[in-house]
Amino acid sequence: MSARFLPYFLILPVTLFLCLFFLYPFVLVAQQAFSSGSGFTLDNFRDVTSHWKFPISFKNTLLLAAAVVPVQVALALLMATMVNKMKKGRDLVLYIWTIPLGISDLAAGIIWLAIFEQSGFLNSMMSAMGAIDRPFNLLSYQTPGIVFLAIALAEIWRATAIMLVILVAGIGLIPKEYYEAAEVFGASPWKRFLKVTLPLLRPSLQTALVLRVILAFEIFAVVSALGGTLFPVLMGEVYNYQFELLNGGAAAAIALIILVISIGSTLVILRALRVPKGASI
Amino acid sequence: MTDATAIAAPADTRKAGRYVYGAAVALLCAWVLVPIYFLLINTLSSPEAVNAFPKAFIPEFDMGSLSFFANFAGILTALKNSVLVAALTMVMSITIGAPAGYALSRFDFRGKELFRLLILLTRAFPLPLLALPLAVMFIRAGIDDTIFGLALVHTTLAIPFAVLITFSLFSGIPLELEEAAWTLGCTRLTAFTKVVLPLILPGITASAIFAFVISWNEVFAAAVLTIENRTLTAFLLQNLDTSPLHLKFAGGFILVVPALIFIFAVRKYLFAMWGIANR
Repeated sequence: MSARFLPYFLILPVTLFLCLFFLYPFVLVAQQAFSSGSGFTLDNFRDVTSHWKFPISFKNTLLLAAAVVPVQVALALLMATMVNKMKKGRDLVLYIWTIPLGISDLAAGIIWLAIFEQSGFLNSMMSAMGAIDRPFNLLSYQTPGIVFLAIALAEIWRATAIMLVILVAGIGLIPKEYYEAAEVFGASPWKRFLKVTLPLLRPSLQTALVLRVILAFEIFAVVSALGGTLFPVLMGEVYNYQFELLNGGAAAAIALIILVISIGSTLVILRALRVPKGASI
Repeated sequence: MTDATAIAAPADTRKAGRYVYGAAVALLCAWVLVPIYFLLINTLSSPEAVNAFPKAFIPEFDMGSLSFFANFAGILTALKNSVLVAALTMVMSITIGAPAGYALSRFDFRGKELFRLLILLTRAFPLPLLALPLAVMFIRAGIDDTIFGLALVHTTLAIPFAVLITFSLFSGIPLELEEAAWTLGCTRLTAFTKVVLPLILPGITASAIFAFVISWNEVFAAAVLTIENRTLTAFLLQNLDTSPLHLKFAGGFILVVPALIFIFAVRKYLFAMWGIANR
């Protein structure tokens, strides 16, 4: 094979695969969402948005993302700067901190269920300290705040690791000379973080945020494990329409709504954190 | 942080700062590990103890929950399905993805940027949603509710990573090595199998393991696409409302164990994987 065609031959399998299982299904989702037997229609969207559960699950999904993502950014930045300065035990600490990366959202939900369920560890701890005399049902419809907190904690616990890894890789790329220069000019550690680390970390922050926000809109299994039907979210509604109500068109309509929110937020993040032209390390 | 006391600190504030730093690191480690430890306690306790109150904070090393898990109808099949789907995903994503990684690192060709865009684009979309139209497509193709069909979707999830990781692996190997092999009588193919492949094999293994974990952990597509041949995640999800607590915890634990091992195995490559994600 001549060298001219070899690269195309090598990328052909991936390209075909992604066209068939990535691009084409998107066309199909859109088709499914905009049709109901006979031609173009918005009925599916009208149906799902007028259902009483839609505003709640929409609000819940966005609220959860708004509560979880900023905490994760802060926590991941803190962990990344801490690990960056570490000399001894860096590998061990990084391994421990990245463990949740390999844990599925369902398993994370079950892990936090062990803490929050009625005979769980939180109730056990509180009763051992004498704060309560009988176990409370923490995850019931009477305690929406605690349900929200449990889901948010499980998400923060599980998905901070992915941001941490991206940010640690990004910090590793920043030349040490910049910090030395900043130190020479008398910048405090906090100043160095604000004026050197943060601006130069912008590309990594961008990647981390895009990935994380999209995953936040996809939240599903954690909620199923912890909140069940108490805390409806968009992805759970897709699942319900597909399986319980056997309404593929409606499921596709919500899927498309999730898609639009995801793309919208990706564009916002890319714009907000854009790297000025010509400025790179 | 033990030697912090041994060194005579120049200033009290610096010493205090180091204690705060050490405490914060320890606290964050505990934040990750303690919840997993709680799950371990529940898994290694008898079903009665799991449902009892208050909980002990030390496991009683009773295999009751685990044997209940093993004897629960259909769960071992689900476990087997999970392993098969993940293994298939691993093989497919590497065999399809690695050539593209090689092409990206070794050649400049027209449309390279477009191809990179396609790869990166997959990460900006909620991919599990694709399971919905694919369910219909698979019924037409006769591969609905099969391990192969689900593995195809999981491969879509894993392929961008496979391409990017192998791209960075191949880029780490100087082209001169290959050129030297060519001058010594190797063809492009033999130079690749004899020189490049042995060098990147550990990295390829790591990215294969990563693909395995992606598939092993995936819940939504698995739940949508399988009915009879459920994977472990789909099985647990489907039975969340009805299954007893000790089954959930044992199942959760079985889900977590490979993650612990795999993250340990690929930890060296974890950062290379994500570092290149920014470019």
